Amino acid sequence: MGSTGSEPGAVHLAPTVERSVKVLVVGAYGVGKTTLIGAVSEIPVLSTEETVTTASVGVDPRRGEKSTTTVAMDFGRVTVGGSTALYLFGTPGQKRFWDLWVGLADGAVGALVVVDTRRLEDGFEVLDQLEEHTHLPVAVVVNEFPGAPRHELEAVRTALDLPPGTPVVSGDLRGRRQAVEALKALVAHAVRRAGGSVAA
Amino acid sequence: MPTDPPLGTPTDTYRDHPVRSYVLTGGRAHPTRNTLRPETLLCAVDDGRELPVAAGRHERALLETCRGTLSLAELAAYLRLPTSLVAVLASDLVDAGYLAIRSHAARDTPGLDLLEEVLDGLHRF
Repeated sequence: MGSTGSEPGAVHLAPTVERSVKVLVVGAYGVGKTTLIGAVSEIPVLSTEETVTTASVGVDPRRGEKSTTTVAMDFGRVTVGGSTALYLFGTPGQKRFWDLWVGLADGAVGALVVVDTRRLEDGFEVLDQLEEHTHLPVAVVVNEFPGAPRHELEAVRTALDLPPGTPVVSGDLRGRRQAVEALKALVAHAVRRAGGSVAA
Repeated sequence: MPTDPPLGTPTDTYRDHPVRSYVLTGGRAHPTRNTLRPETLLCAVDDGRELPVAAGRHERALLETCRGTLSLAELAAYLRLPTSLVAVLASDLVDAGYLAIRSHAARDTPGLDLLEEVLDGLHRF
């Protein structure tokens, strides 16, 4: 996995890797998406940007004024089973965002929705958008921020009005073990939805 | 006849612009581009063939960075260019035989065998 002669910092995959899959890590700003990605990733979290040109909100459309914004997406990577690269793409969850990165939601294993119990309504909106625009398997992970009140997972499930069978897990997402557990819950859910069985 | 300005001129500070990709690829849009996703794995073809002199610095930097396997998203991050632009550059290089697609993106959703492999891999962490 050398990077001799390349751009500084490029960490190549092992030559044995010939497949890639992705998981979307979805949640409101500041909810811990990048923390989770960083806890799992084998490379430092990377960021890629796209430029959006949009008509400014509140500007008279007859004047045709537009503004250009740069939207960044954080992501990470982890090699699983020797021949597969699993990518974790962090996204706020609006359709506008997926459209920006062509193919971002297509073919994803599923969406791991990160929620903060102090702002559950943000999670509600994210789940709404996912349900409306994708058919992806969804798992919810409650980020246990230090000092934040603890909620029973069943209470979170009820508050978010989750479809039956949606996994809900919680943990301090700064820890690798807990971040991996959240990923496992999502992938196991995807396996079951694809007709496979998962050992308890 | 030289078309590129000398290095260090203000165009070097260019970051991104929707029109730019069109200029870099000579106004062509390739079907290959539609098969590239952010997670598609790419690797430079190591057959000793040099890029044509007319190739741009972004193409050169892309091939240099991609001497080992990387995804399209990683390439974009390392090159500090928008993923959409790197997708166009990469598809041109794939079509010209300088860059190879190492993975094939799942057409629809990942199959059960792949999902089980990923789950198994995560269990071993």
